[in-house]
Amino acid sequence: MSRNGAFAIAFHTLFVAFMLAPLVVVMWMSLTPSNLLSLPTSALSLRWFRAILDHNQFIDAFWFSILLGFLSATLAMLLAVPVALALARHRFPGREGLVALFLSPLIIPHVVLGVAFLRFFTQIGTTGTFAGLLGAHVLVIFPYGLRLVLAALTTSDPAIERAAISLGASRWTVFRRVLFPLMIPGVAGGWVISFIQSFDEVTMTVFVATPSSMTLPVRMYHYIEESIDPLVASVSTVVILLTFLLMAVVDRIYGLDRILVGKG
Amino acid sequence: MASAGRRSAPYLLSLPALLFFAALLVTPLLMIAGLSFQAFDLNTGRTGGLTLGNYADTLGDPYYHAIFLRTVGISLATTAICILIGAPEAYFLSRMRAPWRSIFLIVTLSPLLISVVVRTLGWALLFGRNGVINQALAALGLASSPIPMLYTVQGVVIALVHVAVPFMVISVWAALQRLDPKVIRAASSLGAGEFTIFRRIVLPQVIPGILSGSLIVFALAASAFATPAIIGGRQLKVVATATYDEFLGTLNWPLGAAIAIVLLAVNATIMLTYNRIVERRSARFAQ
Repeated sequence: MSRNGAFAIAFHTLFVAFMLAPLVVVMWMSLTPSNLLSLPTSALSLRWFRAILDHNQFIDAFWFSILLGFLSATLAMLLAVPVALALARHRFPGREGLVALFLSPLIIPHVVLGVAFLRFFTQIGTTGTFAGLLGAHVLVIFPYGLRLVLAALTTSDPAIERAAISLGASRWTVFRRVLFPLMIPGVAGGWVISFIQSFDEVTMTVFVATPSSMTLPVRMYHYIEESIDPLVASVSTVVILLTFLLMAVVDRIYGLDRILVGKG
Repeated sequence: MASAGRRSAPYLLSLPALLFFAALLVTPLLMIAGLSFQAFDLNTGRTGGLTLGNYADTLGDPYYHAIFLRTVGISLATTAICILIGAPEAYFLSRMRAPWRSIFLIVTLSPLLISVVVRTLGWALLFGRNGVINQALAALGLASSPIPMLYTVQGVVIALVHVAVPFMVISVWAALQRLDPKVIRAASSLGAGEFTIFRRIVLPQVIPGILSGSLIVFALAASAFATPAIIGGRQLKVVATATYDEFLGTLNWPLGAAIAIVLLAVNATIMLTYNRIVERRSARFAQ
């Protein structure tokens, strides 16, 4: 293809600046030595990072979010892998309906899911419990993991499995030696994207989280609602840096562009 | 026997997830639908008795009209801007050379993985009365008084574009990947100019990507919560924040449920209509 012209390069530069501006501002602001929200120009300080240590609410919420993300991503993948196998390797009545159902959390507004969970948990008496929040997160992140495992399976050739069976391999051997190795990149990528989705979810969680079960984004949201100060900028900077770290790891094991663009 | 096992296999494999979805998706949605038809006593806070009053309130009250119109307006504006900037960006990205292409694809899309609250905080810091943009404008002598951006509709739209535009880039990018470079070479060897190639070959291929991207962007903008809540403030309500207020502020759950159901219905209607248009278009292109 022909090269981009001057206009294209200018447009692209502005676009990248637009995408990175809020992140750069948050990170820059977090280094301020002052009590005010102003970009530091003469001196930098790490005092607002030290201040995080005095605010247990953020540290507790951080570990809560990590635990919730870890467990919900794992549970979602445990449920999604058999479904992906069924959808990728079988044609059966009701298949389209199942696909629509399992992907529906993507198109139902999270506000609606939030109020529905709030009502449901209140009725069955699990408001504010870890189990309730865990179930809600597994449901919301399920389609992300399913899509990646499905993509990994549909791009592989079913003829390999038929060949293995014709050579006398049992179903279990086929799963262990052929299907499972094929799925691993999809499962690993799906787990990470599920974890990130759980860690970032705020619209649904804000309805069902209680002070004793509060994720980091919800805690930050409630804090910002009251006041914006450099402390929340330093907490955000930690989140940004950890996300970049996680992305670098994912890039090594799966390829970040494959996860983001969603190709198998 | 083996064939019977083979036939039931997909159902058995899907069963755990199916039970999970029945318990945690279908049941809560049915409960919220039921709740939206219950009467609510403002004095005692008790619910009970069947009524259509919540829907009459939601659909008839000018207050909620304004909220729904504002939400749709914000979502349409966000979608339009995402098309205007996301589609060209995807096109320019696809024309880049090997190392830069994947580097900038990741740079463009990675904000997607960072918490919406964090990204919105960034915009709040940029937009404030004494925020970064206004201070920069004042320092450069370009503005005599601070330009209001925080707590404005345009501020919410800009922040939502930032949240949603990666999805537009992804859709258009995916559509461009299906474009065969040989067709472009063939057109160019037959004497077509750059603009003709873009108009006659690239654009028809990209339109389905733009349409599916718009669907995602619109849905995202229509149900966004944290961004309109932080950038819009308490005055500038959208459907998501109004629902939140009914549930956790005034505690009028039946009314909140009715608002949520209307949002779900509006969302589903727009998506299905849009899908039909997309399918009709792609059917026409296939001919």
